[in-house]
Amino acid sequence: MSGDIRELYQQMIMDHNKNPRNFHALKESNRNAEGYNPLCGDHFKVFLQMDGDVIKDIAFEGAGCAISKASASMMTTALKGKTRQEARALFEEVHKMLSRRIGEVFDASKVGKLATLAGVCEFPARVKCASLAWHTMCEALEPTGKQVTTE
Amino acid sequence: MEPSTGAKAFDVEAIRKHFPILKERVYGKPLTYLDNAATTQKPQIVIDTLSQFYSRENANIHRGIFCLSEQATKRYKSSRHRVQEFLNAGSDKEIIFVRGTTEAINLVVHCYGRAFLKAGDEVLITGMEHHSNIVPWQMLAEQTGIRLKVAPINDRGELETGEFKKLLTGNVKFVSIVHVSNALGTINPVKELVRLAHEAGAVTLVDGAQAVAHTAVDVRDIGCDFYAFSGHKLLGPTGIGVLYGKKELLEKMPPYQGGGDMIRTVTFEKTTYNDLPYKFEAGTPHIAGVIGLGAAIDYIRSIGLDKVEAYEQELLKYGTEQILQVPGLRLIGTALKKSAILSFVIGEAHAHDIGTILDRQGIAIRAGHHCAMPVMQRFNVPATTRASLAFYNTKEENDRLVAALHEVTEVFR
Repeated sequence: MSGDIRELYQQMIMDHNKNPRNFHALKESNRNAEGYNPLCGDHFKVFLQMDGDVIKDIAFEGAGCAISKASASMMTTALKGKTRQEARALFEEVHKMLSRRIGEVFDASKVGKLATLAGVCEFPARVKCASLAWHTMCEALEPTGKQVTTE
Repeated sequence: MEPSTGAKAFDVEAIRKHFPILKERVYGKPLTYLDNAATTQKPQIVIDTLSQFYSRENANIHRGIFCLSEQATKRYKSSRHRVQEFLNAGSDKEIIFVRGTTEAINLVVHCYGRAFLKAGDEVLITGMEHHSNIVPWQMLAEQTGIRLKVAPINDRGELETGEFKKLLTGNVKFVSIVHVSNALGTINPVKELVRLAHEAGAVTLVDGAQAVAHTAVDVRDIGCDFYAFSGHKLLGPTGIGVLYGKKELLEKMPPYQGGGDMIRTVTFEKTTYNDLPYKFEAGTPHIAGVIGLGAAIDYIRSIGLDKVEAYEQELLKYGTEQILQVPGLRLIGTALKKSAILSFVIGEAHAHDIGTILDRQGIAIRAGHHCAMPVMQRFNVPATTRASLAFYNTKEENDRLVAALHEVTEVFR
């Protein structure tokens, strides 16, 4: 097995894929959005329970590949308790990390455990998988009414 | 050369040398191209024919009174004749050049459907159709009020012929069916289905996109009214395809698009249309594509479709046995009569993850719904991974696929 495959499918990602956190509908949610990539079929719904400007709770449901599911699961653990501004800022950092050019360095300290997803940029066709849940979360946070897709 | 039984005369190593792309390496690994149902690779003779045409022979057809134009016209016509022979059609007037299978089906829906089907009429398709044989009919239904009926498939991915017969009631005026399923590999008994449809008074179309490169097709033996295929799935260029139609139907159908070549005379008051096949070929056609398709047909006929079919069936048998050794792998599509397509799921591993892991081994396969979302719904899977074989694939390539799938199961343990 090649090194980049090993890095892409490292243990933490496979764990989140197998045992996704916050993987359920959220009855108390007051915001939600759906994201769908029709070509690959990845389809997630992200639920937010906002308490003022704070994400009091967050959950997701749906289906997709290991990368998309793990990214969604890790996103929920990272965003719980964050403010809208913090969530938005983290989204920007994750976006930078995923779409950076191969070999380009990034500041891992800004994304914490999400740095596990850094290897995705080596697989340009899979960036859309890792970013789907994040764009869906943004739509739930600040609705634009647009259909969420990263294809 | 494979020393095994069944295809002794088939020298696959010699054949592979005809396809320059098969020498390519991907991520430092030899390219293992197993996405032939999406598009086939091109033999050198097709590439050279295109290059030669554009380098030395390019001119428009049916127009110029100069040498190059006359020659281009001659070669264009000669390709039509080759297609006629290839399909064993009765006349080369029954061969219409289009962009591909999708356009061929749309042409029939547009020109036959709109003119001759009316509200309340029914169109019968099968549960294993490609989107290109579903969506045009749905669009027609919206426009005219025809109804679309779907004959179900069983758990092996075979058409339930009994249900098909039951659905073939008097209101069914058109039956449009796939010859070989791109998502499952199922080979439909098209001759029998066409006979049943005709007995019920329906007009028939067979989508041959996945058939023509893998088995000899005889449209007069099948008996269908229309047959459609794409050049690029038959070793030819993209952007060129064929609609075969029975002359009496094509003659009574209105033209497809309006423009040059499809007319006889034009005044601002009245236009008269050209004869078949030009009536359906408005504008400058894909001349190089047509000539390239002619070269592709010459090539595959020189190999022999009977040999191609026998060899691919041997590969399918071997590939099926080997791939079933992969723990947790489930084949989607296990028809008794099957083309060399291995569509499968592995446990919880998503098709795109499998695709990525195989890609890094230089293995090109398709992961997704294969433009047949109703098939995925029938088998209750979001997507499958599909290896589709051609006569230039080898058992060794099959082994590479299987080894890489074992890696997938390690990652997804």
